[in-house]
Amino acid sequence: MRETIRIEDLRKVYEGGIKAVDGVSLEIGRGEVFGLLGPNGAGKTTLLHMLATLIRPTSGSAWVNGYHIVREAHKVRQSIGIVFQDPSSDDLLTGYENMKLHALMYGVPRDVLEDRISRLLRLVEMEERAHDLVRHYSGGMRRRLELARGLLHSPRVLFLDEPTLGLDPGSREHVWGYIQDLVKERDLSIIITTHYMEEAERLCDRVAIIDMGRIVALDTPAKLKERVGGEVLKLKIRNPRLDRLKKGYIKKVETKGDYLYLTVEDAGKHLQEILAEVGEVESVELRTPTLNDVFLHYTGREIREGPPEGGYGTRIIRARAGR
Amino acid sequence: MRELSGLYALWLREFIVFTRERSRIASALFTPLLWLFIFGTALKTKVTVTGAGAGMDYRLFIFPGILCMVVLFTSLFFGVYIVWDRKIDFLKEVMVAPLRRTTIFMGKVLGGMTDSIIESVVILGMGIFLGVSYTLSSLATAYVFIILLAVGMVSLGLIIGSRMESPEGFGMVVSFVAFPMFFLSGALYQVEDLPPWLTFLVYLDPVTYAVDGIRGALLGIGRFPLALDFALLLLYAAAMVVAGSYSFRRMKV
Ligand SMILES: Nc1ncnc2c1ncn2[C@@H]1O[C@H](COP(=O)(O)OP(=O)(O)O)[C@@H](O)[C@H]1O
Ligand SMILES: [Mg+2]
Repeated sequence: MRETIRIEDLRKVYEGGIKAVDGVSLEIGRGEVFGLLGPNGAGKTTLLHMLATLIRPTSGSAWVNGYHIVREAHKVRQSIGIVFQDPSSDDLLTGYENMKLHALMYGVPRDVLEDRISRLLRLVEMEERAHDLVRHYSGGMRRRLELARGLLHSPRVLFLDEPTLGLDPGSREHVWGYIQDLVKERDLSIIITTHYMEEAERLCDRVAIIDMGRIVALDTPAKLKERVGGEVLKLKIRNPRLDRLKKGYIKKVETKGDYLYLTVEDAGKHLQEILAEVGEVESVELRTPTLNDVFLHYTGREIREGPPEGGYGTRIIRARAGR
Repeated sequence: MRELSGLYALWLREFIVFTRERSRIASALFTPLLWLFIFGTALKTKVTVTGAGAGMDYRLFIFPGILCMVVLFTSLFFGVYIVWDRKIDFLKEVMVAPLRRTTIFMGKVLGGMTDSIIESVVILGMGIFLGVSYTLSSLATAYVFIILLAVGMVSLGLIIGSRMESPEGFGMVVSFVAFPMFFLSGALYQVEDLPPWLTFLVYLDPVTYAVDGIRGALLGIGRFPLALDFALLLLYAAAMVVAGSYSFRRMKV
């Protein structure tokens, strides 16, 4: 199998000396859903923009669909679709008009154009609002429109830069659903950047954890979590029968007041058994490792948490003031 | 083929936005009204046109100049929309499309040119009230100059805009270019009335040749031969298109 994306020691140093991407090498397979998981400022967007030919790398090489991202930029552009981190549709146009312009710019044949636009608008459940100005869309609607737009020219690789950043939980669930449908229906490789562990877990076959421009770990989500030490089961229980919990899949037992914390491998599978053995449980909470846990494990540091910049909430408000 | 449909798409977008923002047209047409009917009327008795157009109504004399002013300002300030495209990130959507940078640039130029052409139709209509008598060939010649001026000035505006981060910054820089170009062009006076050192600057100003060409076409009182006006303005427009395509190739998104 030839890989869809091949990255060799790619670097980007911005003016001012910030090493945004600091020597990344990767191969991503055909049909794979690949996640780039990392905190704000890790270099995810910069890496994606280099692959999408919008930023010129400082050094290193990469091929997308077999085309070199600098020497064959034109061919790369033809074969990829991208949904940017910040909204990039024209808000003085309608959703339909944005779709139409995209189709014309990518040379979608006239005879299939209308059909494809309405099919994709239906896919993201936007056909009813298609003729409203984008200005009047919510962040979630705009995201859905742009997802549909990114698919309009049938790309072989789809880049999604933080596809649910700034969306409310309902819209997030929606977007995840569309992405999962895409994976099933099409012969499409998808590269997703995110700083939500849950998102990477839900959608991705493999995940690379990226920090300060470098990849610090790369594996399937399950393996990554396993290496962190599995999931934590938090039980509210008066008199736990600790003696019965000496099992291979229970890695760690801790009690704090009324609560019992168990670090468990593959917790979903063993939950029944644990509950049956441990005694009378008042409440159960299963905590999967967060990006923070995973990150801490691989870098020894906490994620510098700050409110994520940009995304589909703040950006729209900023762009509206004016023009 | 894709380049062509891409060019059409980019032009279409500018056109739709133009028709949706009617205030743009209204504000572009308001200033020339002030110039023609207040400034012009006030100075009409004070200023005497001499030479070829001796005795001509001053308002009629400045009419081609005011027409060029509208084209100049609309075209130059159109460059702000590339700054806006960057700000609203639509520029990313365009720059990641498989289109030549020249095509992207020309799409914008055609968009700005269309705005200028539509506005100049209205200004030419006002000319009827000033007593300009049009013929088919005088109109056609005037339009050749309007289009060349628009292409050259939209390009210059886009070159400036392709390097600017903020619309405010763009406005300041372009004002520095637009006002001298307008006042040096002889739109409001006869170049013969200037001291020689200023005349030199007048000859460097491309708008001079547009004003002169249109004056020649509509009023028959050009200072230079039409062919010379045409050749110099064409040269300017062509140089700006080349420079503009180049600046779009190097533009950051
Ligand atoms: N145009 C730019 N000029 C200078 N520095 C930049 C630019 N874009 C991003 N950076 C810096 O590069 C680093 C990586 O940014 P980015 O790729 O946006 O990360 P992420 O998408 O993971 O949040 C950050 O430190 C950011 O401040
Ligand atoms: Mg980012």
